[in-house]
Amino acid sequence: MPRTYLTRSAPDTGEVEHRRWMFRHPAVIRITHWVNALCLLVLLMSGLQIFNAHPALYWGKVSTFDTPLLSMTSTEDDPPKGVTTVLGRTFDTTGWLGSSPGADGEPADRGFPSWLTLPSDQDLTGGRSWHFFFAWALVLNGALYLLYGLFSGQLRFRVVPQRDQVRHFAASVWEHLTLRFPEGDEAKRYNVIQKLTYAVVLFVLLPVQVLAGLAMSPAMDAAFPFLLTLFDGRQSARTVHFVVAALLVLFVVVHVALVVLSGFWNNMRGMLTGWFVIERRIEPTAGDDVREHRA
Amino acid sequence: MIQPPSRRSLLLGATAAAGTAMLGGCDRLGEADWFRRTLKTGEDANLFVQRLLLTERTLAPEYAQADISPWFKPNGTEDPPDKAYKALARRKFADYRLEVGGLVETPLKLSLAELRKLPSRTQITRHDCVEGWSCIGKWTGVPLSEILDRARLKSQARYVVFRCADTMDQGEDEGAEGDGTEDVSSGGNASPAMTKQSGGGEDKRDSGGQQAAEGSSASDDAPVRYYESIDLVDAFHPQTILAYELNGKALPVANGAPLRLRLERNLGYKQAKYVMRVEVVESFADIGEGKGGYWEDQGYAWYAGI
Repeated sequence: MPRTYLTRSAPDTGEVEHRRWMFRHPAVIRITHWVNALCLLVLLMSGLQIFNAHPALYWGKVSTFDTPLLSMTSTEDDPPKGVTTVLGRTFDTTGWLGSSPGADGEPADRGFPSWLTLPSDQDLTGGRSWHFFFAWALVLNGALYLLYGLFSGQLRFRVVPQRDQVRHFAASVWEHLTLRFPEGDEAKRYNVIQKLTYAVVLFVLLPVQVLAGLAMSPAMDAAFPFLLTLFDGRQSARTVHFVVAALLVLFVVVHVALVVLSGFWNNMRGMLTGWFVIERRIEPTAGDDVREHRA
Repeated sequence: MIQPPSRRSLLLGATAAAGTAMLGGCDRLGEADWFRRTLKTGEDANLFVQRLLLTERTLAPEYAQADISPWFKPNGTEDPPDKAYKALARRKFADYRLEVGGLVETPLKLSLAELRKLPSRTQITRHDCVEGWSCIGKWTGVPLSEILDRARLKSQARYVVFRCADTMDQGEDEGAEGDGTEDVSSGGNASPAMTKQSGGGEDKRDSGGQQAAEGSSASDDAPVRYYESIDLVDAFHPQTILAYELNGKALPVANGAPLRLRLERNLGYKQAKYVMRVEVVESFADIGEGKGGYWEDQGYAWYAGI
């Protein structure tokens, strides 16, 4: 049996036998989760605003203006076409990337469209103000989460796979792909893929994202030249920052999709109030019942 | 028959509407004074922390000859429209004199030949534009500290202001025949030579800045020329030089001839081009709109270490 030290005495709700309340998310986890969600959203949108000031990416120390890895441009046509070039391949992205309607509805030359940027108009300094404020918020909030998680045991519960989970890794992948979600005792803990994903986001993507952001600062490069070595130059760091942002978006999309698919209201109640319902398939074997009461 | 909207399309519509409202709300929030001040605390924190991390002598990375960019992208003003500047440029800046004044014991006037006789520093460094791109160039010039030491600062001295030749915003006055921008060019008043890639959309902050300029009496009829300011920590940094050479040749007009500031631990917009006068002050509150620089007056942060 996995340890389920998170269960607290559940409120007497008179629920039917196969539903059990579990207190899953302590207040610090809930608050840092939502602050983090807000930070990621603002950082993404203000980041795209900043990107739009020079919508091209390069590798190395400097910008090789003629050979970008990615660029978003507009043509001289009337109306202009949006053209996106990725690794030498060109795509027509009119209306989305390169050229898209601005606030007045007229086509504007801009990398990402106005509904994806913060502020929505072209406003580099506005975007920078939002970005730096929420970058500080993300880092401080993340530090609080990690410290609390470390000392409360929450982090281990959330990201470290247990031995039996590692053994049944392949089976878990299959369950995940077929969207079969664990029930009963198994639902009390995070599954192995979930834990590994959170671990990658927490200990790889977010730290790399912060470091790549710092590597773009000329003052930070003076203080910590290893930042440039780490990313192979400032322009590479900018590219890494962009790619990791995309990976974080991918994580959020999958995360939200799984929240919806595995019981939207239960998950939302869990992250808002802490209380989560464990559903049990009714399998009338005496042993199961005993086990459940023990848990 | 009008089909009643499905639950899904209602939900999608509601989400889109909520998203739009949120975005509009964020825009309005971003324009509220108290909120803008709150956001700015992030940039204040950048200055505070970076000043803690960097000593006065910490050098920006320097690069090898092989790293020099084949083309050093000029940005902002690339050819100052001002008649006085054009006259200087025609005579290859033979009549150019750098003025050093303000809170100094000995005001100076230095020709290019005199500047070249002062101790010099050559550095291969990376230039980072606030827009996101970078170029590496080899700069040769006089360390600003050499000039300030000769002029001898008065005890009230706190900031060094660079007054430039290039007109940014037209006044009623003569003197310029077009406008341009310097080093930051994401704006509505960007120079026509700007790369289209950089997005020619309207920059709200710029138009706001212009309105503000129209509103204040000081700038009603005088053209607004580029200016910048740095504090004494940056002014006496060993890599802070007034450069007269780029890649071993006289500084081209597009890159700020005859003299430009190199401030290697900062973004490009701090590194004033076409420097005419170095002015030592106690406060920059009375200069321009009072924020310490042309782009600062348009909303950019005074500290540009990130």
